[in-house]
Amino acid sequence: MSEANNNVRLVMDQLPGDDIQGRSPLHHADLATVAAQGSQEGGVTIQHHPLVGLLTLRCNAGDADQMAAASKLLGVELHCQPLTSSAGEGVAVRWMSPDEWLISVDGAKAFDLETAFHNDMPGHYALVNVGGGLTVLEVSGEHAVDVMMKTAPVDFHLNTFPVGKVVSTVFAKSSATIRRLADDRFELVIRRSFADYLWLWLQDASREYGLVVRT
Amino acid sequence: MNQKNRLQSGGRIDRNQPMSFEFNGQLMVGYQGDTLASALLANGVDVVGRSFKYSRPRGIVTAGADEPNAVVQLGATEATQTPNVRATQQELFDGLVAGSTNGWPSVDNDFMGMVGKIGGSMMPPGFYYKTFMFPQSLWETYETFIRKAAGLGRSSKESDVDVYDRMNQFCDVLVVGAGPAGLCAALAAARGGARVILADEQSEFGGSLLDGKETISGKPADEWINKVVTELEKTEDVLLLPRSTVNGYHDQNFLTIHQRCSDHLSDRAPTNQPRHRMHRVRAKRVILATGAQERPLVFGNNDIPGCMTSTAVSTYINRYGVAPGENLVVMTTNDYGYQAAMDWHDAGRKVSCVVDTRETVTGYVVDAMHERGIRIMTGSAITEVHGSKRVKAVSIAPINEDGSKVVGPAAKWNVDTVASSGGWSPAVHLSCHTGSRPVWNDDIIGFVPGPTVQKQLTAGGINGCYELENVFKEGLGAGKQALKELGLEPTRLMTPKVESHERNPAMALFLVPHRKPMSRAPKQFVDYQNDVTAGGIELACREGFQSIEHVKRYTALGFGTDQGKLGNINGMAIAAQVQNKTLPETGTTVFRPNYTPITFGAIAGRDCGELFDPKRYTAMQPWHVANGALFEDVGQWKRPWYFPKPGESMQAALNRECKATRESVGILDASTLGKIDIQGKDAREFLGRVYTNAWAKLPVGKCRYGLMCGEDGMIFDDGVTSCLGENHFLMTTTTGGAARVLEWLEIYHQTEWPELEVYFNSVTDHWSTMTISGPNSRKLLAELTDADLSNDNFGFMDWKTANVAGVPARIFRISFTGELSYEINVQANYGLHVWEQLFAHGEKYNLTPYGTETMHILRAEKGFIIAGQDTDGAVHPHDLGMSWAVANSKPFSYIGKRGMAREDCVRPDRKQLVGLKTTDPNVVIPEGSQGVFDPKAPIPMPMVGHVTSSYWSENLGHSIAMGLVKGGLSKMGEKVYYPQADGSVIEAEICSPVFLDPKGERQNV
Amino acid sequence: MLHIFCPHCAEYREEEEFHAKGQAHIPRPLDPEALSDKEWGEYLYFRKNPRGIHHELWVHAAGCRKFFNMTRDTVTYEIHETYKIGEKPTVTAQS
Repeated sequence: MSEANNNVRLVMDQLPGDDIQGRSPLHHADLATVAAQGSQEGGVTIQHHPLVGLLTLRCNAGDADQMAAASKLLGVELHCQPLTSSAGEGVAVRWMSPDEWLISVDGAKAFDLETAFHNDMPGHYALVNVGGGLTVLEVSGEHAVDVMMKTAPVDFHLNTFPVGKVVSTVFAKSSATIRRLADDRFELVIRRSFADYLWLWLQDASREYGLVVRT
Repeated sequence: MNQKNRLQSGGRIDRNQPMSFEFNGQLMVGYQGDTLASALLANGVDVVGRSFKYSRPRGIVTAGADEPNAVVQLGATEATQTPNVRATQQELFDGLVAGSTNGWPSVDNDFMGMVGKIGGSMMPPGFYYKTFMFPQSLWETYETFIRKAAGLGRSSKESDVDVYDRMNQFCDVLVVGAGPAGLCAALAAARGGARVILADEQSEFGGSLLDGKETISGKPADEWINKVVTELEKTEDVLLLPRSTVNGYHDQNFLTIHQRCSDHLSDRAPTNQPRHRMHRVRAKRVILATGAQERPLVFGNNDIPGCMTSTAVSTYINRYGVAPGENLVVMTTNDYGYQAAMDWHDAGRKVSCVVDTRETVTGYVVDAMHERGIRIMTGSAITEVHGSKRVKAVSIAPINEDGSKVVGPAAKWNVDTVASSGGWSPAVHLSCHTGSRPVWNDDIIGFVPGPTVQKQLTAGGINGCYELENVFKEGLGAGKQALKELGLEPTRLMTPKVESHERNPAMALFLVPHRKPMSRAPKQFVDYQNDVTAGGIELACREGFQSIEHVKRYTALGFGTDQGKLGNINGMAIAAQVQNKTLPETGTTVFRPNYTPITFGAIAGRDCGELFDPKRYTAMQPWHVANGALFEDVGQWKRPWYFPKPGESMQAALNRECKATRESVGILDASTLGKIDIQGKDAREFLGRVYTNAWAKLPVGKCRYGLMCGEDGMIFDDGVTSCLGENHFLMTTTTGGAARVLEWLEIYHQTEWPELEVYFNSVTDHWSTMTISGPNSRKLLAELTDADLSNDNFGFMDWKTANVAGVPARIFRISFTGELSYEINVQANYGLHVWEQLFAHGEKYNLTPYGTETMHILRAEKGFIIAGQDTDGAVHPHDLGMSWAVANSKPFSYIGKRGMAREDCVRPDRKQLVGLKTTDPNVVIPEGSQGVFDPKAPIPMPMVGHVTSSYWSENLGHSIAMGLVKGGLSKMGEKVYYPQADGSVIEAEICSPVFLDPKGERQNV
Repeated sequence: MLHIFCPHCAEYREEEEFHAKGQAHIPRPLDPEALSDKEWGEYLYFRKNPRGIHHELWVHAAGCRKFFNMTRDTVTYEIHETYKIGEKPTVTAQS
């Protein structure tokens, strides 16, 4: 932990001790009960991954030193290729923009990563903790792609949206970063304040195929 | 009713599956495979509606999307009412309930019809314009009368119970229309490995092949269709969409398809299934294989039920096993019209004769008539039909070679059905949606698609290609061409073998002559739905309307829900003829989406009810709901407005919230404020360029308020920015301005100053923000944190990190109330926990939650502005008396500096923000009231500015207000008056907007 | 509904992901104070409204959040090219 001016820290561990349980943006929806009492079979499965550690990395893709340092710190390759992702043990990196990546790690590991970057990342960069402002959903199943087609104006054909591809786009009347995890499995990173709306939307859009909620 | 017109055999209906339905209250039976129209015809229903203007009885004319008359109201319950359904496209289901759209008390005995009969000649085009123009004051009376008589159908008074869906599709080739051309095109494209969507408005693929008796390679067309469809079904990446109308063709090959998923099943969609689905398709190539529509001929009383297009007659016989009459006469200008006579005769009913308007006709059609013993009368025309609710007879007379004159006496023939064919009009509508104008082709006597910038191909009838063998060839060719353009390899495909015939040339005839002139002949209808007659078009032209667009608007030609599919070409030709022009000279009107009417449900999709607009919530939302908050929309956010106790009025709640905050401590959920993390060595420089004040020396650990202006010098946002580290800042914006400000920063960084090393990232949702405010806020916070909160170590406009209720937090000592305040930011997943802990400790301090309304009052007591409420895009910092927030000594010409220096911005009489104290302390001036300096000035009084913020201040015991007043800053103590709508005038004194604690001592304790 | 090639994401996306930001290639004057009110007004308010080829500034708002330029025909809505900030158009009204 680096100290700047008295009490002012450049990198801040934002999580309390384990005695205080964080409440995800869909805490109020009580998905555990929905999962237990709802349908166990259907064409679409939705799973919420609460309290994931999420960080936005900004740096210069043209700076080989930075790219190498970042890849080393992350433990996975930081790609410059648009709309790609890379994943490793407990970490996934999504291309967001020519100078921006969205990183996910275990919730408790975000601060470690911030500290590591603070110590070892050269040059002009920003690593911003955004885990409280986003949450992660997974949509899978035989009709997952149909639900995606209803919701986002993007071509989800495997030829144009292969596994691993990442797209940030309009999602219903909100937005999402979509990563294809498998032929029939999509990860959505959505904004906290829109989580309830999108949860309602996804339930509604999935209904014709039968919706299963998993925890 | 029995199905008196149902044939014993034939057709694609299942006679073993009877379906009962109700039309205009009468129970009838049809079969699986029927449309509502075919079932009505089978049951001998002649009159299905009344015409719009003259209320003439009308019957079914066509068998497709071009139907102008059989437009019905559907729905067994109020909630499922659907207007504007074409009976020719509505598949029959068991329990269907439909009714005529027009006609009172009933379609058979219509009141307006009797008026129409007498007054018909007195209702020329422009009748409404001419008649109801004067006096203007009576328009409302007229309108009521007109509205009652007008309209096609009604919408439901209840909420729609069904679900509608929308889907985004992408493909290589979208084939529109699954007739012979479309099926071939889709097959060729699919065999080449393209991603194909094939859409057709009908329930079955096959198009015109379903309506006739063609054989393909010696077998019934049916077998060929099945083979092709089966192959397409099995091919990967081919999506087949029956019951799906391609309704709009937009820029860059974006098309909308309206799929009717369950309209054919029941009154309501099956549980959880959508009723309609709107496909939004982006296609690399579009192949329009939309075919052609038959033009009926225009002759006297051609609207009497029993008059149909010749293809409609064939379709009802061949596809639905219905012969809609006993005794047929056919009038045609071309060989295709003969098919109706053959089909009718072969169905065992009587064909009186075929009236051919051409002088001579030879070959196949003549042979076919001889074989059947049907008489052909060449060089003749049906000039007039006799009957009222059904054709009883026709008058047939010889005409001259070009069809402009009757040249002999008419003979009367007793028949009950008239089939007419004026040739084909290619269905060019979609090709015109993006602005392409169709081109007249004399060879086929019709418009064909014109040049377009869209990646579009056409095949078959739409090109005026009608011979089946050529249609197949064009379809295959279009499919292959699409593949080629996409860089895919076409495979070899054989053209299906069909019998073809030598055809006689068709005759161009758009108006059948009558021995009387157009204006005196019996009504010759061009556009059935709007009662536009040939005489009406002639009159419009005589009155000076020359452009076809003007003729259209004056006569209402093509205005109906059918968009003139049936009548437009005839109407335009008649207008051309009257003006001695050619059809290409007259041109067409513009076809626009949608091709056929579409339900609002399909447009709305699931963006309705709860999902109409996203509702954004903060982490504390569950607490707000549990504690009785009422909410206010701020952008898409739901923010607590105020927290009434049971039985408490709004004003009482506000008074309580305001007093509690000033006297002890209140709490506000401020999470919705925009927050932007700014990092980089040039972050400070950047702030200096986008804010009006100075940032060069703000030390780490300090916060500063800033105003953001546009290049014009006008304020567009404000907020506090804190220095987190030497090169690291946290900017806050207004709730509504968050996205706009971030984009503002980015546009300048990306387009003007890319050399500045700085990154901007939104952290709005990441932090929960709660503001505790009031003299006891320090005591309360001290119970939850070990941070040193003393004024010496944690002063006003300082910030610190510390744990609050066990959660790491950034605490900002900033104030929007003028009280001692702390703004606590914690990671949002812990916001609710900290909020609850504050309340757990806050009871002894009477910790009071307040919402946006109390926030507004408290800040107004201090004269703090709200950007967007006290500013309106025409207010600069000096207008607000905030010159202290403008640092013109900065080296860089910051955004807004030059704008503020414009001549108009330095006038002394600009509207400036001042406080307003009403003479009567109990009167609250309505916000938005316009001020005047002299309330006795003659009307219109010169207005000097409006009230921007106005409240009752319980703390001060009087009303407070702020407003813009011309030259207000130099008019302290002067009076300004606010005349009200009720005639009263509110008097106020111009004062400082800081009503409470002018020295700012309360926030500094 | 335009179909727009984002030069940063390197693929076509639907118009609803983008915002149009007006005429492109209007640099902010380096010394605003040196401009007369009239000149400043020209910079601030006056824009071309050509029939045909036009250069516009767009932002991939729901995607990569990057700005870029577009050469578009205002009559046919054809998009001739999109190019990054700092680059010059290859299709112009003159060409």
